Amino acid sequence: MATERQKQLVLILARAFVSNLSTPALLADARGYLVFYNEAAEDVVGRRFGETGETPFDDWSADFEPRTAAAEPLPREQRPARIALDEQRPAHLSYVVTSADGVEREIDVTAFPLFAHTEEFVGVVVVFWRR
Amino acid sequence: MHLKIWGCRGSVPAPGSHTAKYGGNTSCIEVAVDDGMAIVLDAGTGIRALGLDLVARGTRRIHLFLTHLHLDHLEGLRFFAPLWDERVTIEIWGPRSPVSSLRDRIHRAFSPPLFPLDFRDVPARVTFHDLPGEPWRSGGITLTADLVLHPGPTLGFRVESDGATLAYLPDHEPALAGIDGRSPDWISAGGLAHAADLVLHDSQFSEEEYDTKIGWGHSSVADAVAFCRAVGARRLVLFHHEPEHSDRVLEELEQRARALTADDREPPLLAREGMTLELG
Repeated sequence: MATERQKQLVLILARAFVSNLSTPALLADARGYLVFYNEAAEDVVGRRFGETGETPFDDWSADFEPRTAAAEPLPREQRPARIALDEQRPAHLSYVVTSADGVEREIDVTAFPLFAHTEEFVGVVVVFWRR
Repeated sequence: MHLKIWGCRGSVPAPGSHTAKYGGNTSCIEVAVDDGMAIVLDAGTGIRALGLDLVARGTRRIHLFLTHLHLDHLEGLRFFAPLWDERVTIEIWGPRSPVSSLRDRIHRAFSPPLFPLDFRDVPARVTFHDLPGEPWRSGGITLTADLVLHPGPTLGFRVESDGATLAYLPDHEPALAGIDGRSPDWISAGGLAHAADLVLHDSQFSEEEYDTKIGWGHSSVADAVAFCRAVGARRLVLFHHEPEHSDRVLEELEQRARALTADDREPPLLAREGMTLELG
């Protein structure tokens, strides 16, 4: 097809939705790439999304050193976003990260999968709350 | 590529002296091909006159592509003469739904109390195909479908032939998810309309009207112009005219669209029933 590839419509709508939230939220596509985070998340991440750009979600999230309340590294497969991406089901967990300003923060994270009309898996929404 | 507009009114037919110039029939476009086959986009009331013309021409192979099943894009199908001819083959393409097939949803329009006959009574050989899927190719035409922003499952089409490109987006509200400041891949239908020679785009409302109808699934003239600019399309054809708009009001909207269009692009045009357009 001689066209620029466009995002799946559900992702476009999800971006419009999360960009209007005051709650930090981000989007990853079905490939597992971070494709957008909102202004509220920029506050935590410490960078505008435009400076980050699309990047593999696991590479990006590693910068925040996710760990348990007991300071143990949080295995990738236990992270809500990874569960939503790999198992295509919702997941929720409280854990600890080091945010861009170097401050250790406890956060609650909820991730849920997005399915288009045809039950085609198109990505995930990840919402997080600072405690 | 040759196009003929058989209907360009939005929402509901609007016949009368005040709409005589641009027409009152709802959406229907014919894309002409040379091998005895007809390609039709949407089955608004404009398809009735097209059907009579196809019968007169002896056309017996028809591909009908439906953007969606709101009545103004479907209501003419029951009165499409080729459907009532057993020698005709019609392939109907349209958006899949999460709850029922295209076939089942179209059959509803052919049943009491909406219609006296059942689809079983239709003599033409009709098959149904769900979209989006792989691009469809025939007779030198490539047609690509993708979901676009409008309430319910709704498609837009990109039609390519001999290096010319048409984008058909009769019911589309891209502003709801953003146009300005977005790269084309993040704009609804940005891929379908990218660098198109001609975009037939929903332009139902003035800017003032749109302010009270956000979320209804239609665009203002200003948003249609902004969409074409954002995706790098060459020319906008204002389509899906509001039924309350007289010919005079439509011409005012055309002037508004031209004023908003940069000098480096061709001036927007109002779609008109009976209008023919040639691309490439």
